[in-house]
Amino acid sequence: MREQVIISKGIDWVTIWLYFIFVSIGLLCIFSVEYHHGENIIQNIVGLKKNYARQLLFFGISALIAIFILLTDSKLFTATANISYAFGILLMMATFVVGKDINGSRSWIPLGFFNLQPVETCKIFTALALAKYLSQPETNFQNTRSQLIAAAIILTPAMFSILQNETGLALVYFAFLIPMYREGLPPIYLSIGFSFAILVVATILVEKNTLAIILTGIAAFSVYFLRKSIKRDKGILIVILGLWMLCVSIQRFAVPYIFKHVLQPYQVERIMNTFGVDYVPDATTTELNTQEKEKQLKLKKTKKAAENYNVKQSKIAIGSGGIWGKGFLKGTQTQGDFVPEQHTDFIFTSVGENFGFWGSSLVIILYILFMLRIVFIAERQRSTFSRVYAYSVAAILFFHVSINICMTVGLAPVIGITLPLMSYGGSSLLTFTILIFIMVRLDADRQMVLR
Amino acid sequence: MFNQSRKNIIIAMILLMGVIIIFRLFTLQVLDTKYSIMADEQGKFRKVIYPDRGILFDRKGRAILRNTVTYDLMVTPGKIRGMNLDTAALCRILKIDTTEFKKRILTAIIKNRSYRPSAFESLLPEETIARLNESMFKFVPAFYLQERPVRDYPYDAAGNILGYLSEVNSSFLKNHSSEGYQIGDYAGKTGLERSYEKVLMGQRGIEYWKRDNKNRLTDHLDNGRFDTAAVPGENLHMSLDIDLQMLGEHLMENKIGAIVAIDPKTGGVLAMVSSPTYKPNLLTGSERKKHFAQILLDPRSPMINRTVNAYYPPGSTFKTLQALIGLQEGVITPSTTFLCTGAFYGCGRPMGCLDPGNFNLKGAITVSCNTYFANVMQRVINNPKYGSVDSSLKVWDNYMYAFGLGNKLGIDIPSEKSGKIPTPRTYNKMYGDGHWNFCTFRSVSIGQGEVDVTPLQIANEMAYLANKGWFITPHMIDSIDGGDKYGLLDSFKLRHHPLNISDSIFEAVFDGMQGVMDRGTGAAAKIPGIVMCGKTGTVENYYKGVKQKDHALFAAFAPRENPRIAIAVICENAGFGASSAAPIASLMIEKYLRDSITEPDRKAQIETISKLDLMPTRIYDAIKYRDSLVHSKDTSYLIEKGYIKTLKDSMGLDDEDDMEGLEKLKKSNQEETSVDNSDTPKKEEKINKNTEPALLPEKQKTNRINSLIKTIH
Repeated sequence: MREQVIISKGIDWVTIWLYFIFVSIGLLCIFSVEYHHGENIIQNIVGLKKNYARQLLFFGISALIAIFILLTDSKLFTATANISYAFGILLMMATFVVGKDINGSRSWIPLGFFNLQPVETCKIFTALALAKYLSQPETNFQNTRSQLIAAAIILTPAMFSILQNETGLALVYFAFLIPMYREGLPPIYLSIGFSFAILVVATILVEKNTLAIILTGIAAFSVYFLRKSIKRDKGILIVILGLWMLCVSIQRFAVPYIFKHVLQPYQVERIMNTFGVDYVPDATTTELNTQEKEKQLKLKKTKKAAENYNVKQSKIAIGSGGIWGKGFLKGTQTQGDFVPEQHTDFIFTSVGENFGFWGSSLVIILYILFMLRIVFIAERQRSTFSRVYAYSVAAILFFHVSINICMTVGLAPVIGITLPLMSYGGSSLLTFTILIFIMVRLDADRQMVLR
Repeated sequence: MFNQSRKNIIIAMILLMGVIIIFRLFTLQVLDTKYSIMADEQGKFRKVIYPDRGILFDRKGRAILRNTVTYDLMVTPGKIRGMNLDTAALCRILKIDTTEFKKRILTAIIKNRSYRPSAFESLLPEETIARLNESMFKFVPAFYLQERPVRDYPYDAAGNILGYLSEVNSSFLKNHSSEGYQIGDYAGKTGLERSYEKVLMGQRGIEYWKRDNKNRLTDHLDNGRFDTAAVPGENLHMSLDIDLQMLGEHLMENKIGAIVAIDPKTGGVLAMVSSPTYKPNLLTGSERKKHFAQILLDPRSPMINRTVNAYYPPGSTFKTLQALIGLQEGVITPSTTFLCTGAFYGCGRPMGCLDPGNFNLKGAITVSCNTYFANVMQRVINNPKYGSVDSSLKVWDNYMYAFGLGNKLGIDIPSEKSGKIPTPRTYNKMYGDGHWNFCTFRSVSIGQGEVDVTPLQIANEMAYLANKGWFITPHMIDSIDGGDKYGLLDSFKLRHHPLNISDSIFEAVFDGMQGVMDRGTGAAAKIPGIVMCGKTGTVENYYKGVKQKDHALFAAFAPRENPRIAIAVICENAGFGASSAAPIASLMIEKYLRDSITEPDRKAQIETISKLDLMPTRIYDAIKYRDSLVHSKDTSYLIEKGYIKTLKDSMGLDDEDDMEGLEKLKKSNQEETSVDNSDTPKKEEKINKNTEPALLPEKQKTNRINSLIKTIH
């Protein structure tokens, strides 16, 4: 009894309730995807024959771990942050040795009854490590060196993830830019990132010479409008010309170079598909004979068709839900297995079909409330460590939720990112449980100053 | 404050994302309705459950039209890739080549996607099913056999009456829009199948199913809340005697003509033979389209139901009715005599007569004296009681209508024709107002000229006589299981009793008709032990202005007391009636009244008559012409299309059918032509083989056609 008092002291119940609500909705959705009329539910659960049964088990394990985390001392996390980060990186490297191939990526470590995906778990360690680094008194986040070190902390796992063919998961690590921004990363980086994104998109969409002319035009206009300032200060002209040079070189050389040499062809194609552009690999760079090229082209076509099929089916399922939905277990698309990977990445489609616009909006609103609550929690921390960590949690959730749902409604490319707490999968559920409950634990000790 | 503003920016980012996603969901789920349509299309399936069509029983309860099951060979093209399909074996069994195989697979994929089963070959013949079953293990799972209900005619007879089913077309769908037909459904096209479509089809059931991503039906939608059960079609009981029908068809082989036998007490049709006819089973099986084209192209027009759809002058059978009118009008008595000196001179130009002599009514009917009946009708038409020829012809017309002539009788067989009875209008048109009198149309008195009847009307006329003054509309169907919900049989329960003619008048006419059988023109039809009344007829006729051999008619009822059968037999171009029509009628009557024909010489007569070939040579010429059309190229093919159109028009078929089958037929014939162009007679033989099986077995005829062709060459 004494311990219980300690556990519950200072705990943020709103977060815990929201956590339970999401896991329950997730379980119901996985159930609706798999259940077919006349099945023996109890037998399936006992025998762990179905995904919803396994998810229930994962939930049980998660609950145990959550309680365990709540029982630990907050200081443990600050103390082990760097070691755990090193452990995470080690796990990621281990996948190259003992990795198991699932869906074309060797990012899984088989652990008997379930497979661990280190990229997922590594998010926790990265969040801790980033929090640890930023909370150190000697860190001055205004200077470039600290910024570079922070960037290295978040980009190392991302790099490994790309090497494992999991580009989508690597992108999540860019979420850490948000806590970094909160801690003083100059907004110029965010705007540079934003402009860079626009430039890349423009490079994909607009023919390269046209784009060069447009950029030159913009530069010329800038010079014209700023001619008076330029007269006073030649430096501005140099900045404008420098920016122009940079943009054109990115557009003409950097992006094509990245597409050709850094990214895999299928990744490029995914990116292109999102914008509705047909991707034709440059013939000069590939030294394949024509026969092999044809083969590849054919392969690509079927792959592309499969991806378009995913998105189309996902949109049909969500769109057919209407305002009020078809009712639980009554969705024809869900019951007919039309949406591939519906229990994992496309779990949101079953919400959309079964519960319609009101149901899916409610889920979105709940997620937003969840994130805002975490931001609120973050802001009430006294220690930088807790604040950075809480912001990291909010940022990861934000990234996952927005990309996953945008993917199901056709606003983002299909990259394998789960919907937090709802998608089927032990790795994902455990990761988010740990992530959230460490935050809850830290929050319970918000009066303490942790370093 | 610096930190506060950054926090707010982050919150703004989160909210912005939420707004964007909710807005997107709103457009996707609320504004855009196309997704729910797409979802319904792929996730729901409306399965139509076809009930069994009703069965038709003859008067003794034997099923003559029922349902049977045949098989379609189905293919799921997507499954071929994974298996080691023995394409060659399959092609051998189906008798196709690999290019055809590939073509069909491709069509299946285009039409129905590769993961859905589609028909590779439908309505397989029995032999193919057996051979497929033996080696089916080689072809699964890409191929499987699927049951399919079809109509079956256990006696393979009465095709013209029963009719056939065919796929509904757009105009049918438009006309029957409220009855739930869909594209691909079958409906009765001709015969009883058409007349009783409403009752026979039953009620379709509809089941709503959920469908999964592999297009498999998984479960009833909402546990079958929207489903409706199928109700099988009602069975029909016919007045037809299938034994009598088959005897009739057998007797009429090698002849063009018709037999109609009616039970005078009920109006029920006992037999209705139109010759040449076709085997109805030909239009149900796998070769349906091919056979259909063959039957349509046959110059003998097997599709026409001559009993209701062909016109014949009634000839001397008409005289019985003239006698009735004369007696009823009081212009003659049974003892009135007219002298026949070899011709009728009443109108200046003599009208020939066969047996000179002085006849009373009985004698005149017995020897079929033209002069007598010309005089009778002259008295009727020139009766001063009515003032003018015009009004007296109207009186005569009313008698005709009362006897069931000049109008459709209303039998439950589609495409019945009304016949023609001359009216004052007819002659006003022909000769100008008032420029005509009895002498203008005197030949009508002996059933020639401007009078046309259908065989059914003649048989009905006999039923009217047999009943002494009334008849019930002839009909095929006596009762419907489960009651006559649509009132289809109401008109077959009324007695038509239009005139009040006394029994003595009928007896007087019967005396004459019995005389025909005892010692007159119908002596050939006499059946020992049965007293019957009959009348022969010999009808002059012309084809494209050329006088043809006379049609032989015979009409009778029997027995004289308490008659049970009224019959009309017509053999086209048979010459004098005594050799064909009369004996056919006599055999039919004996068969019906005694249930069987036992005497050996009578049995032999059946075969003799059946073999008697009365097909006119112009038909063989037409067959030859048809074949030459099939042989030559496109221009004549177009002519042929026109030919088929006129055929269809004449049969009252309301539309298309099976142009595809015609194409096929033409193609196969052309292939044969190109195979051996050198040996002409052999080629002809092949074509004849091609057309022959659509008809009743008439082997000797084929030989005759060949010999004919050879002589022409």
